[in-house]
Amino acid sequence: MLEPMGQKVLLSSKEINIILHRLACQLLENHLDFKNTVLIGLQPRGTYVAQRLDKILREDYGVKHVDVGFLDITFYRDDFRRGDKTLSANQTKIDFLVEDKKVVLIDDVLYTGRSIRAALTAIQSFGRPLEIELLALIDRRFSRHLPIQPNYRGRQVDAINDEKVKVMWEENDGQDVIYLIDR
Amino acid sequence: MSELSVKHLLGIKYLKEEDIQLIFETADNFKEVINRSIKKVPSLRDITIANIFFENSTRTRLSFELAEKRLSADVVNFSASQSSVKKGETLIDTVSNILSMKVDMVVMRHPNPGAGIFLSKHVEASIINAGDGAHEHPTQALLDSFSIREKLGDVAGKNVVIVGDILHSRVALSNIFALKLQGANVKVCGPRTLLPKYIESLGVGVETNLRKALNWCDVANMLRIQNERLDISYFPTTREYTQQFGVNKALLDSLDKEIVIMHPGPINRGVEITSDVADSKQSIILGQVENGVAIRMAVMYLLASKIK
Repeated sequence: MLEPMGQKVLLSSKEINIILHRLACQLLENHLDFKNTVLIGLQPRGTYVAQRLDKILREDYGVKHVDVGFLDITFYRDDFRRGDKTLSANQTKIDFLVEDKKVVLIDDVLYTGRSIRAALTAIQSFGRPLEIELLALIDRRFSRHLPIQPNYRGRQVDAINDEKVKVMWEENDGQDVIYLIDR
Repeated sequence: MSELSVKHLLGIKYLKEEDIQLIFETADNFKEVINRSIKKVPSLRDITIANIFFENSTRTRLSFELAEKRLSADVVNFSASQSSVKKGETLIDTVSNILSMKVDMVVMRHPNPGAGIFLSKHVEASIINAGDGAHEHPTQALLDSFSIREKLGDVAGKNVVIVGDILHSRVALSNIFALKLQGANVKVCGPRTLLPKYIESLGVGVETNLRKALNWCDVANMLRIQNERLDISYFPTTREYTQQFGVNKALLDSLDKEIVIMHPGPINRGVEITSDVADSKQSIILGQVENGVAIRMAVMYLLASKIK
């Protein structure tokens, strides 16, 4: 595949698929039948990861049902009024209570950890979870602003601040691929 | 678009169609928030908002205050009846004094048309007009359109009739601007004496026969007679007004189709609509009140994000 300047493929579609299956297996190991576990994809792009994992768990590993929700953290962010742009919100869709459930927060890229901090606050509006875990498809190492680490990680990446990790999904962008882009 | 084109919400007249859509999309999210068991988000925790009411209000004031609290803003309330305004202070002095206490946003209701616009030229804070005389009441028009969109899917192409005292109503004017901007067809209906002379120049139709108006429309927005603004006698008696322009269940049931009934409140039951109409399935009056909080949260969230 021909790549534009300043952009390199971090993970191909095949590699992403293998990683998603491994993450699904790791989730299975800890949560078995998912009766008391819910997956919460963070808006906007963690939702794709959550939906893929849900599909793999049901279709390839025979899990009967997984509660999947989407959480928008816009109103909980700590950079409101600090950037140039208004932060626009996405839909939150959690049709179940998280009270006494094991919650797995899911995002595509873990960078500063601030989104996860916001998500930890936001999820409390839906009850008091028994415990909360974090799954990140890409973990950008050494770039955290907060003491937050994932329980499940797809791939660890060393990227400098000028670079951006971009995760593309077939259902939204035409193909599964992860790029490292020079900003 | 992800940002409002304005710094203040002074009237619908100053908004673009995209602004309205952005407010609605944001309000959709806030409506989900206020239906959670914990109805509060921390977005505006470093913003202080003053609610300054020079005119009485129950619903609007309560709705703004709830919206502010659900956004975690700090709120100070001020009503003219208990203030130094009575001692002769000017509007700018009153507001400047409040602003020197580090207030970021002002929600103001005032009996004089243009009070908000005047104030916005003299103070730094973001101003939200919560009604200025018989001029505009933008958040009411936004929540009315939002409620139509929720009930009928879209505002564009819908026929909306505004019935009642159009002459003294800020709700009517803001609604006309908002509905026209979104591509709805608008008619006004009421006694000739309560319809402004050049109302057609705003692109709305005029109808003095209530039955015809209702048969034409998808939505009827029923307004109250603004008794406090009636300086002369505009119609013979309230009884006669009700006979000509009041909606009752019999009239509603005799129409060709099922229309949606709206009312911005406060309702004078038995005057512009009867109780059985106000409480009927076709009425979305209480839905409007719920949507008011979501709309006001959206407006304040979007305006606050422009405060640096």
